Amino acid sequence: MTMPLTPTPSRVAGMTGRAALIAAIIVVAAAALPLALSNYQVGLATEVLIFGILAMSIDILAGFAGRTSLGHGAIFGVSTYVVVYATTHGGLPPAVAFAAGVLAATVVAAIFGLLAVRTSGVYFLLLTLALGMIVWGICLRWTQVTGGENGMRGDVRPAVLLTNSAFYWAVLASAAVVAFAMWRFVRSPFGLTLRGIRDSESRMRSLGYNVPLHLFIGFTVSGFFAGVAGALYAMFNNFVSPSTVALAQSVEGVLMMIAGGVGTLFGAFVGAAAIIALENVVSAYTERWQMVLGITFILIMIFAPEGIVGKLRATLTRKVR
Amino acid sequence: MDRRQFLKNTTAALTVAGAGVGPWLSAQAQAGPIKIGLLAPLTGVVASGGKEMVEGVQFYLDQVKSEMGGRKVELVIEDDASNPDTALQKARRLVEQGNCHMLIGNLLANTGLAVANYVKGTGTPYFIPIIAADDLTQRQRIKNVIRVAGYSASEFTHPLGDWALKQGYKKIATISQDYTFGHEQCGGLVQVFTEGGGEIVQQFWHPLNTADFSPYLGQIADLKVDAIFAMETGADATRFIQQYSSFGLKAKTPLLAAMNGTDQSVIRTLGEECEGIMSPAHFAEGSDNPVTQKFAREYEAKYGKIPSLYGFSMYSGVMWIDAALKKMGGKVEDREAFIDTVLKTELDGSPLGKAVKLDAYGNPIYDVYIRKVVKRADGKFWNVPVTTYPNVSQFWKYDPETYLKQPPYSRNFQGIKKA
Repeated sequence: MTMPLTPTPSRVAGMTGRAALIAAIIVVAAAALPLALSNYQVGLATEVLIFGILAMSIDILAGFAGRTSLGHGAIFGVSTYVVVYATTHGGLPPAVAFAAGVLAATVVAAIFGLLAVRTSGVYFLLLTLALGMIVWGICLRWTQVTGGENGMRGDVRPAVLLTNSAFYWAVLASAAVVAFAMWRFVRSPFGLTLRGIRDSESRMRSLGYNVPLHLFIGFTVSGFFAGVAGALYAMFNNFVSPSTVALAQSVEGVLMMIAGGVGTLFGAFVGAAAIIALENVVSAYTERWQMVLGITFILIMIFAPEGIVGKLRATLTRKVR
Repeated sequence: MDRRQFLKNTTAALTVAGAGVGPWLSAQAQAGPIKIGLLAPLTGVVASGGKEMVEGVQFYLDQVKSEMGGRKVELVIEDDASNPDTALQKARRLVEQGNCHMLIGNLLANTGLAVANYVKGTGTPYFIPIIAADDLTQRQRIKNVIRVAGYSASEFTHPLGDWALKQGYKKIATISQDYTFGHEQCGGLVQVFTEGGGEIVQQFWHPLNTADFSPYLGQIADLKVDAIFAMETGADATRFIQQYSSFGLKAKTPLLAAMNGTDQSVIRTLGEECEGIMSPAHFAEGSDNPVTQKFAREYEAKYGKIPSLYGFSMYSGVMWIDAALKKMGGKVEDREAFIDTVLKTELDGSPLGKAVKLDAYGNPIYDVYIRKVVKRADGKFWNVPVTTYPNVSQFWKYDPETYLKQPPYSRNFQGIKKA
């Protein structure tokens, strides 16, 4: 793809020295944000990070395996539901509930994966969409457990993370770890096989790779990361309702990924920031903010189909040359 | 960022974090306007109701020239998009960034519940004239969430159950949208009706946004019941009433509806088919009470439509807040005192034309009308009171403590008395 894969002598955890430095600077700058932002903006920044993780998990499949999933909102939401349920009804401590949520999301992703990996293109899109709708339907109608339309509420967030800043730092730390893990994942030999599948499924098959198995594992791993985002979201909102698992959630994740740049991985955070900021700034001026959002997407697709980060990267490379 | 900017931002952040801590802060803020954050669904499935909510608030503020308790009022309106996640985010913005002294509004129960859970942590006074979820003023009560001028879902269907018994109805079938608001409204009627010796033949639950009611209406027609109770809102209500009429059931079986089923927001668009439907409510736009008439007339003159539940409730809700603020000289910064004052305030002068007070759980006690939809001289339809049940609380005639021991109404628990 974009980065050269030839090993260079100075590598920190698989990154070149320069990349590691940039990553460190970004994380430190992000950690300093609560000092500069208002309490509410810190909340928004937290949301950006959470949705950034979700968009990134979708990018693993879309950007590196060539499979765009419209079911990740549901996987994300399953984790949110399980975390809220486990703390409010099950009385489990937050850490255990968190693990349970991520586990549940991974299991759901594995089931989705089993059903969806043999398809590609628009069939994959539709199948994941349908699977997501099933989850939504269950959350909406299984009133005794999920609270139906009204959802569930409770004090999910652990007491030590009660302030916006403390929670932001916790999410930032998780996001840094998770983002690094995803980056390592797509650059691992296994990740390379996913790219191979994206570029030519038949060639990978004739080389002796078990394509469905690789896609299945890729899907499950991606679901695991979406589950982490969902569990964080449960702690962020202390609340869950069917809108968290609805199609709109999946679509939003996909749009964030596309706006940031498919296959750029870290573009997910830029896309999430752009969309959440836009939503909040524009909705302060007009109730027709969704229209503005729509027009913005059209403009991005026309002028920067490779996404914000993709476009920047392309421009920079051209200048260097 | 230069140092000065940094300091400015940090100070601002600290001020927000420590708001209400130093007495000098509240003294300083006292000079400013009272900021009210209004959350209403201006987009999404219930947007039309949301617009009427805003109208109701603005109608009142216009009348008092945006002044309450001697201070200017600043109204900040946010769209909750009929979505709980958005509602939550907007509530955060109003409280944390907009520094609103209080929140009011929301229409859908799930948006209200999400915001209520949030203000439980912040302590911000939150008023819910529309959100009817029983438990917000019952089993899961939050002190700073007060249902001024609102009603709990089963509050009015309890007396309707009693009224149905008095009509001599023995068998009733219910049909309702399958969500908590529906479960609770049905539960109220069903419990009182069965405890009084009535029989619920069957209960139908259908998903929201059902286009075709014929499968249900066909079955209901076969049941040979004395009356049908329907709990429908919005477009479902419109469709149900139309299809009930075109199925020929209107001529045979009387229809009892939840108050939202014959609200102006629904029957405004209907014709003869809605005539004669009975429903229970605290507000009847066709009441001959002079105060109610004056309100309905002025509202109609200003907005070109007869006021609905949404307009009325928000109008009265803001009036309630105003009455409390007048009593305490506009000192909205003292949250504890403000909430206590609102809870103790008895509202007279509302369009209901009689004094209303809150029970110990923050839910109003009303004289409940049993209303009938009739045609006005100009051909429009409205709700006219037939009988009145005085002083009805959310607990009907039950002892609150005993009542709260039973589970909340749901699909599985409808309070049906076993014969």
